[in-house]
Amino acid sequence: MTKNDALARMLTAMADDALIQGHRNSEWTGLGPIMEEDIAFSSMAQDKIGHAWALYRILQEELGGEEPDSFAFLRNEKDYRCCHFVEYPNGEYDFSLMRHFLFDHAEAIRYQQLRESAFAPLRPLAEKLKGEIKYHTLHANAWIAQLCRAGEESYARMQSALNTCFPLALGIFEPDPEAGAILEAEGIYPGEAKLKEMWLDRVYNLCAAAGLNLPAESSVTPEYGGRKGYHTEYLQPLLEEMGAVFRSDPQATW
Amino acid sequence: MPITESDIYKALEQVMDPEIPVLSVIDLGMITGVRLEEEGIHVKMIPTFSACPAVDYIKQNIRSTLEKELDAKVVVEIDKEATWNSNRMSADAHEKLKQFGIAPPQVQQGEERAEIELHTACPHCSSENTYLRSPFGSTLCRAIHYCRNCGYVFEHFKPLG
Repeated sequence: MTKNDALARMLTAMADDALIQGHRNSEWTGLGPIMEEDIAFSSMAQDKIGHAWALYRILQEELGGEEPDSFAFLRNEKDYRCCHFVEYPNGEYDFSLMRHFLFDHAEAIRYQQLRESAFAPLRPLAEKLKGEIKYHTLHANAWIAQLCRAGEESYARMQSALNTCFPLALGIFEPDPEAGAILEAEGIYPGEAKLKEMWLDRVYNLCAAAGLNLPAESSVTPEYGGRKGYHTEYLQPLLEEMGAVFRSDPQATW
Repeated sequence: MPITESDIYKALEQVMDPEIPVLSVIDLGMITGVRLEEEGIHVKMIPTFSACPAVDYIKQNIRSTLEKELDAKVVVEIDKEATWNSNRMSADAHEKLKQFGIAPPQVQQGEERAEIELHTACPHCSSENTYLRSPFGSTLCRAIHYCRNCGYVFEHFKPLG
């Protein structure tokens, strides 16, 4: 594997996570429990899909990848590299919020590290995205803290959502030993294991402040597979819906 | 008379942001450079938010305004080296935003502060007895606050580091 292959693998995984999470966020448009939440998830959808597009564009311009729209919408399911966590349906609001909290802190930490990447085209983008994602984590933190204080049922649902989400969230950091070794050696990024440690530190403290018990990593089995192209049953239907308009006329200009 | 750089900047002051029509691309600090070359004018710009849906529209407006005002060929490109942050906005822009009813972004000096949660001055009554209702508003660059003093809900241009 060359350095560029390893880079393409990392960027595809990051972009696919953002694209699929962005699509899930957009499914709250018109359905949010209150107007501000409807707007928040819709705005975060717009951000995420924009972030995915920026990463696909780097793939295209720096690594000879495909045109971003076709790459986003026309691949086969097994060619996506998103983690299972973002594929799951939105479910109840507790699951959506908890996923948003765990996922966005992982992204915030990743972009913070990528600001120093040896791969120059990523540095300005990471700087920019880190600033934008700050508002996603601010939103998530506020709701996690508030709902944990909102009575017994509310607290119990947040803890239960955390228990459900935790093994899925660990799938964000699925190791890719071959590409990982190259990327670490080249100073592209610190590697999934290190990012996971930083993320655990951060979410542990935020959970503790809200009175939530973060499960021990050793007590769960992380849900891996997405980075190798093995997906949940939920991805294919999502791809069909997400790409329906694009596929109806891939040559159309907008 | 040959076109000068200051003619270009002057013309760019007429290109307004489609989402905040009182601010020009100059007020917002979106222009990172202009260059005069044999074949025409080159303008480099950066979007405010990376997923800003208005970028193509703004590029088109820059092109058509400069072509009309200066009668020259114009190329607009995205500057990939630079990133936008809210400190790029001019003091003039802050005042115009306030007049428009949107609280301007706080000037950022450091890293990672929850600067927008409390005490954003209300653009209507100037009170700082306000709180953040949601970090997301009607466009990506705006948050929603509530003023305890005058009872207005108001929008705030988010500080972005």
